[in-house]
Amino acid sequence: MLNSLQLLGRKGLSFFQRLGRGHILFASILAGLPSLFPRFGLVIKQTYAVGVLSLVIIVVSGLFVGMVLGLQGYNTLVDFGAEESLGVVVALSLVRELGPVVTALLFAGRAGSALTAEIGLMKATEQLSAMEMMAVDPVRRVLAPRFLAGFIAMPLLAAIFSAVGILGGYFVGVGLLGVDDGAYWSQMQDKVDMYDDINNGIIKSLVFGVVVTWIAIFEGNDAVPTSEGVSRATTRTVVHSALAVLGLDFILTALMFGE
Amino acid sequence: MTTRVTEIWVGIFVAAGMAALFMLAMKVSNLSTYTGDEGYEVTARFEDVSGLKVRSPVTMSGVRIGRVKRIEFDDQALQAVVVMEIELRHNLLPKDTSASIYTAGLLGEKYIGLEAGGDENSLVQGDEIKLTQDSLVLEKLIGQFVSRFMTEGDTGAK
Repeated sequence: MLNSLQLLGRKGLSFFQRLGRGHILFASILAGLPSLFPRFGLVIKQTYAVGVLSLVIIVVSGLFVGMVLGLQGYNTLVDFGAEESLGVVVALSLVRELGPVVTALLFAGRAGSALTAEIGLMKATEQLSAMEMMAVDPVRRVLAPRFLAGFIAMPLLAAIFSAVGILGGYFVGVGLLGVDDGAYWSQMQDKVDMYDDINNGIIKSLVFGVVVTWIAIFEGNDAVPTSEGVSRATTRTVVHSALAVLGLDFILTALMFGE
Repeated sequence: MTTRVTEIWVGIFVAAGMAALFMLAMKVSNLSTYTGDEGYEVTARFEDVSGLKVRSPVTMSGVRIGRVKRIEFDDQALQAVVVMEIELRHNLLPKDTSASIYTAGLLGEKYIGLEAGGDENSLVQGDEIKLTQDSLVLEKLIGQFVSRFMTEGDTGAK
């Protein structure tokens, strides 16, 4: 009985310790951001790693998600004779929900896991301690550029995902199923609002960018410095990011679109 | 890979992201229909504006010339007061222009349609449109239709 209580207490303590370490790390990363401006090359290098290398998977998934939305939306709408609204369906679902959320999930799988593994291995091979020995702050030199790169790359990736998805819906809807070309775009322009829909989508993707990158960097920095520890940390990054993105998406949607 | 190639790729990536945002703004959303120039305000009183929203279009001959700016309620007259903002370049609307609330399509959104009168003076800032026609409420229409149908049925039987 006492043993199980002790176990519960230990679990709780370690949970709150991790939470606290995560927030301290977040604060020190934010404090380290201004020091990046004289050395912006570091950020560009990381933007290449998390952004440019994620482009292929984002573009391909965006295209296919858009094409599937086009097919499914058409099959539903054609029953009501409202297939001209296909553009609205595709654009709204992509811009409001699927663009930011699917991009964040893919980003966690493609870039987040790589960040965790890289930082975790740096820790396991004591590169981070070596930096500290040489009076180089690893938070400023290693973690902050990666964080800023994720923050920059995520909204751009989400925008590319949505744009490519809308084009995919266009290929299927207009090219394959014969929805009117003009109606696809004009109905979309009529119903999609710049401030209510597009801006909120961008805000969502910014929030997801911060959260996914933060989780990835924290897990890497907090990993047990063994091969098993790094592999566990990588798994946790993907699982926790996915849960955080989906949970936050509900809260953000309720705040933005729930009246 | 050299720094130069990396930087060029990041440049391409950022440019592609910006292009996607630009496409979302101009081609997908209604940003391109926002007009930068100021408009002048015209009010109109309606008994019923159900379905009309702020930023609903105001059209004349089917062309959008303004938007609904505010919808208020007059406590004294017990009427809805709609404030419309008409674009400044359309400043030759006659004073006796009439305003009606129409529906776009069977289940579409409500909009205000203006019809020109014959007055030589033009509407200016703060003017009120006197001739108005209310929003068509489907329940009321069906109610009228049913009641007329019932009375006709009664007289036909006698």
